[in-house]
Amino acid sequence: MRRGRGTPEVNAGSMADIAFLLLIFFLVTTTIDTDKGIAIRLPPMPEENQPENDIRIKERNVLKVLVNANDQLLVNGELLSVKDLKRRTKEFIDNPRKDPNLSESPTKAIISLKNDRGTSYNIYITVHNELKAAYNELREAKAMGDFGKSFDKLNESQQNEIKDYYRQVISEAEPENVAGA
Amino acid sequence: MKLEKKKKPSPAISTSSLPDIVFMLLFFFMVTTVLRETDLKVKVVVPQATEIQKLEKKSLVSYIYIGSPTESYRGKFGTAPRIQLNDAFASPNQVVEFIEKERAARAEAEVPLMTTSIKADKEAKMGIVTDVKQELRKCNALKLNYSSSKRAEVYN
Repeated sequence: MRRGRGTPEVNAGSMADIAFLLLIFFLVTTTIDTDKGIAIRLPPMPEENQPENDIRIKERNVLKVLVNANDQLLVNGELLSVKDLKRRTKEFIDNPRKDPNLSESPTKAIISLKNDRGTSYNIYITVHNELKAAYNELREAKAMGDFGKSFDKLNESQQNEIKDYYRQVISEAEPENVAGA
Repeated sequence: MKLEKKKKPSPAISTSSLPDIVFMLLFFFMVTTVLRETDLKVKVVVPQATEIQKLEKKSLVSYIYIGSPTESYRGKFGTAPRIQLNDAFASPNQVVEFIEKERAARAEAEVPLMTTSIKADKEAKMGIVTDVKQELRKCNALKLNYSSSKRAEVYN
C-alpha cells in the first residue's frame, strides 16, 4: 500500500548531530591537561659488591650545591640566593674569563646537588629548575651563535652536537641520614 | 515575497534532535567524570617551574602522590605528608610492589619506556621524596618526572 507512494528519502538531517556527538566525544576523551614537569633520570642503584668508584674529579670542575633544612643555599661554600643560582651556574659551566676556580671546559663541568631530609620539595624543584635553565640558556646561546637558529629548530645531529658540548651532568648525592626536621 | 510567506502556516519547532542533545550532555558528563581515575586522598599543589616538559605517553605513566591527607582523613592519619599509590595510603616500601604491578599491566616492550611521575605537594619535605626515589632506584624505574606547573616569570 505504501509502496505506491515510492520510497521516501532517508533523512540526513540528524547526520550533523551524530557527527557533532562523535566530535565532542573525541574532544573530551583526549585529555587536555597533560602532565608536565621536570624530567630527570635517576642513577642506577650501586651494586652491593661494586668496588669504590675511584674516578678523581678536579675540585674546580664540580659545583657543589647544598640545600639545608632551612631552604638555604650553599654554593661552593658560599651562601647564595636562589635568584643568583642560574647566573652563577652559567658562569661556572662556561667560564668565559678562564677563572682558575671555575670549570676547565663545559664538557668537564659537573654539578653536585645535595639536600637535607628536611629541605622542602618546593625549593628542591626550584633549584633543579634553575640548574636546568642554566643549561638550556647556554645551549640556546650556542645554537644561536653556531647555527643562527633557535635550539628547538635545529636538526637532531646539530642538537646532539650542542648537547655534547653542554652535557648536563647533575649528580645527586646518595642520601645520608643527616639532621632531619 | 512577503505575501507568499504569510500564506504558509508556521511549522512547529522540530523536537527530533532533542534526544541527541540530551545524549550529548550525557556523554559529556559521563566522560568528564571518568577522567579522574584515582580518588585523591592527599592534598597536592605541585610546585612551579619554568623548564618543564610534557609527558609523552599518558598510558605509560605511573603516578605517585605525596602530600598531607585531606580534611576527611586528617583524624585518622594526621597532617604529616604521606604517599598515596592508586587509591590507598602507602609506606615507601610498597613502592616497589606498586611499580611491579604497573609493569605487569603493560606489554614487555613498553616497560623501558615507562615513566614515574611524582606529584608531590610543594609543602612536602625532601625526606619522603628521597625515600620514594631510593625505592624507585631499587626496582630500576629510573625515568622520573617531578610534576610541576608552568611559572610565567623567570629569575634573571
